[in-house]
Amino acid sequence: MSIPKVCGIETEYGITMPKTADANPITASSILINAFVNEISGKVGWDFEDEAPGHDARGFNLEGSLPPEVETHLVNTVLTNGARFYVDHAHPEYSSPECLNPKEAVLYDKAGELVLRKAMSAAKRALPNDQEIVVYKNNSDRKGNSYGCHENYIMDRQVPFNKIVKQVTPFFVTRQIYCGSGKVGSEFANIAKWEVPFQISQRADFFEEVVGLETTLKRPIVNTRDEPHADATRYRRLHVILGDANMSQFSSYLKLGTTALVLSMIEDSFLDEADLAIEDPVGSLRKVSWDLSLSAQLSRVSGGSISALDLQWEFLRLAQKYAIQRGTEVIGGDDLGEEILLNWEETLQALEVDPMSLADRLDWVAKYQLVLGYMERHSLDWDDPKLAAIDLQYHDIRPEKSLFHRLGIRSIWSDAEAELATYSPPRGTRAYFRGKCLEKYPRNVAAANWDSIIFDLGRDPLRRVPMMDPLRGTAKHVDELIDRCDTAQELLDALGT
Amino acid sequence: MPEREMKKRSAPSARESEEAQPQEASGKNKEGEDLKAKLDAVLDEIDEVLEDNAEEFVRNYVQKGGE
Repeated sequence: MSIPKVCGIETEYGITMPKTADANPITASSILINAFVNEISGKVGWDFEDEAPGHDARGFNLEGSLPPEVETHLVNTVLTNGARFYVDHAHPEYSSPECLNPKEAVLYDKAGELVLRKAMSAAKRALPNDQEIVVYKNNSDRKGNSYGCHENYIMDRQVPFNKIVKQVTPFFVTRQIYCGSGKVGSEFANIAKWEVPFQISQRADFFEEVVGLETTLKRPIVNTRDEPHADATRYRRLHVILGDANMSQFSSYLKLGTTALVLSMIEDSFLDEADLAIEDPVGSLRKVSWDLSLSAQLSRVSGGSISALDLQWEFLRLAQKYAIQRGTEVIGGDDLGEEILLNWEETLQALEVDPMSLADRLDWVAKYQLVLGYMERHSLDWDDPKLAAIDLQYHDIRPEKSLFHRLGIRSIWSDAEAELATYSPPRGTRAYFRGKCLEKYPRNVAAANWDSIIFDLGRDPLRRVPMMDPLRGTAKHVDELIDRCDTAQELLDALGT
Repeated sequence: MPEREMKKRSAPSARESEEAQPQEASGKNKEGEDLKAKLDAVLDEIDEVLEDNAEEFVRNYVQKGGE
């Protein structure tokens, strides 16, 4: 049975210190986050009790894997909007709070950009000698090193994992035609420059397996990390690692909206009879990314072949049928469901007729058009470093430097809405309780994580409030309670913990 | 394959599709023109924004793998 698609986006940002020789990215990330936290104050740490990145959804555990932060003791904080802002490996990462629907997740991802921007300004004020830290919302350094933008969707635990893998894979391989962020050139081994002058996805070059637990090596199309951060008897969190970080809100909205729809269809056994499987998903992922004509043929398991665009049309037709028969309450209501379906259809139509007409909304098209325009104006070849620089600078999130911002791409949320979301939590999930407790009782919150908050009332023992259901602790559930409890003690007494 | 040819084949330009679809007329054309004008404006000023030494900027952008 389909369940409400609570979702969120985690983004690892590329980081540089352009005026500092041999800057260490881990130190730079720590300075960046600390500078932000010190300016807003009220720092609250993260609690690791719930972390288990070595749990495999297929039913076994990877020995010896620790949460990365436990190994390195890095900066880690929780924000009053319910998000987590921390150092992951050698990158600053912003994990959005749990959101009630795809559109809200786009808002909180955008808010993340504003948080990073504030952090950059704070770091600049804190650093000596005019040094600065600059971050990029992209997925590769163009030299073979990749970092991720992961989506998370809550799913019904009863749905067999193998079924999810089988049915979602062809969708994941082909959805990039509207949610790819575009890249000049390729980082795949032994590819001549002229073979892939520009491609649709930032990430397709880096995937080697169909399914697996890894995220840093042998990256899989479907990741099996089994950390529900919720009641594990009822929920699964699908951790999607193959997507690109999007600058365009529309690309991101379509990515999450279509994926939430497809996952609901899988939960409701709506795709069980559909003929969607393709051969060689890993090879096909690159084939689709490298083919700007959108006509490359993928081999179907049932025989014959189909293009990425036509396979997306098949998913769309099924989703339209699904919406009529079952409704789309679980992805945020019928109005939003209808809106996502309409945008999906219009986008596929435009991709069929004139992809360049989508330069005002899709990342890869906007970037491609900009690079082509610059090439033509200055008679450059594809290997000119200026084009690679344009590629990188598209993802600069400083408004004065960002090429994305100059292009005036259509947005879904206003700057004012995104600004509010940097400190105010989503109202429809447990992120509300987390954020509001941090706002109202900052001195008594010792630590927090996705599924609990630990309170320190100044005497032993610390008290943990579990939040095992992502749909409880919403504004509707706790607003009145938090309103009437002036102290954390009163809150805990009222909760009976 | 020469790069220029490759590029031409890769994706239809706005102009080609306008020619192919004269019946969709003014609305689409207007949107296409707006997009083109916006792009031209960005191209006019992009060199002021681009990092000074593109080659060095691209070379120095080195990240550790993440996730």
